[in-house]
Amino acid sequence: MASTSGAEVSIRELSKSFTLGGRPLAVLRTLNLDIRAGECLVIVGASGSGKTTLLRILAGLEAADSGGVAIDGKPVDGVGAERAVIFQEPRLLPWLTVLGNVAFGLEVRGVPRQQAEERARFYIALVGLAEFADAWPRQLSGGMAQRVGIARALTVQPEILLLDEPLGALDAMTKIGMQEELARIWSEENVTMVMVTHDLEEAIYLADRVLILPKEKGGAARLIDVDLPRPRDRSATRFVSYRQELLREFGLH
Amino acid sequence: MSLQHIERPAIIGDGATRLGADVLRLAKAASVRLLSRYGILIAFLALWQVSSSAGWVNAAVLPPIDTIVAALWKGLASGTLLGDIAISLQRAGIAFVAAVVVAIPLGLFMGQVRSVETALDPILQVFRQTSALALYPVFILLLGLGEASKVFVIFWATLFPLLLNTISGVKEVDPKLLEMARVYGATRLTVFRRVVLPGAVPSIFVGLRLSATTALLLLIASEMIGANKGIGFQVMNAQYNFQIPLMFAAIVILAGLGLIANQALVSLQRRLCRWSQPVN
Repeated sequence: MASTSGAEVSIRELSKSFTLGGRPLAVLRTLNLDIRAGECLVIVGASGSGKTTLLRILAGLEAADSGGVAIDGKPVDGVGAERAVIFQEPRLLPWLTVLGNVAFGLEVRGVPRQQAEERARFYIALVGLAEFADAWPRQLSGGMAQRVGIARALTVQPEILLLDEPLGALDAMTKIGMQEELARIWSEENVTMVMVTHDLEEAIYLADRVLILPKEKGGAARLIDVDLPRPRDRSATRFVSYRQELLREFGLH
Repeated sequence: MSLQHIERPAIIGDGATRLGADVLRLAKAASVRLLSRYGILIAFLALWQVSSSAGWVNAAVLPPIDTIVAALWKGLASGTLLGDIAISLQRAGIAFVAAVVVAIPLGLFMGQVRSVETALDPILQVFRQTSALALYPVFILLLGLGEASKVFVIFWATLFPLLLNTISGVKEVDPKLLEMARVYGATRLTVFRRVVLPGAVPSIFVGLRLSATTALLLLIASEMIGANKGIGFQVMNAQYNFQIPLMFAAIVILAGLGLIANQALVSLQRRLCRWSQPVN
């Protein structure tokens, strides 16, 4: 299926704070970052470091206090058709079948049903659920439901795929299988992927670069290039040393 | 379950005996199911019948079941009760349909627009907590003792369960689903049509079933005051004239109407909400 090469994202002087108990709490402080077209950037950070906030700003679901984001040079203002979001929960509509859910994104954009369903079927097959196209969401396991959510996002053929801890709620075994699936999808679809996770191994398995957001005030965000051949071997010495490097960043090693 | 039994391929050779055994097992399973579901109801009716015909209770006040059934049959066959059923269904039906037409659109609107809901909620709570029966004399003064006041009091009482359930159905739609739809660029109208409305349907049905029950309740109450036809009138009238079996026949009809209305709504909900039903 046709796909673009992904879009590039530039983040300039981005700041965002929330009010907590009457006091402002800065979660992002003048962040500067360029995300390359077609790369897989994984954002990690302690809870409260603003990684989900950053993703939601990229998605257009939240506005920055100052600074901004541009995609292929165009400033982001709200949600856009070139971006799709995969949430931690599958967020399927229980009254639509798998096919209906996957076609939903295209249908709300005005694509005729037949055409939308045709493309939906392609992506349902891509995530390995061809036999379940007519199943209801309540009949699916957690991993299957999340794959439906992924297929729905892919069906609109975004240039940027934003993933907010998409595998966070899955059990360990399912999670590893899904990481492999995400790696495969990313390599096949040539999409720019920005993903938030708290799982360091997942970050190293998928990322071209890992962005570590600082927790404490005044700390600087750090970027780590993950220079490993794909598909990656979790037990390789260099994989393990990347993992130790990340752990050190969190003061855990 | 029964389907699986029938579709299981018969084993060649002793097929006939196996079939016989299957039929027996099926019959046994069916009777167990029937007993576990209706056993207590059947026992209740049997106890009634026996205690009345054996004279344990005053048969003039609690006539035996067969006498009630006979009175019911006579009333239906002669057509006297049919007229009552028709007028009662008309009163409850008009009121119920009017409540549906008003409450569902209003509830959908109020659930969507916070400011409207905030502004209307206090008066709704006051109206809801004021017994419709207490207001019936007011409606009689305003609308006279005819059909209008009867239909209106039923409408009034039916309106609130439906309205409040519709509002909460809309308000309780998962905001995460709304956000998901927004991410795909859905317009407000699309979000309403594709997410809010289907999400509110189960709650609307809770309201419909409550309202149907309320409609029958208020129907009887209104027909007991200033009516000369209708099932509720028949209950009162038969009691005045000490036609106790006929009174019970009218009560049985009421119970039947309630059961039918509820079952109709349950079936409609099954059809509309196949997604929430366990697979058969």
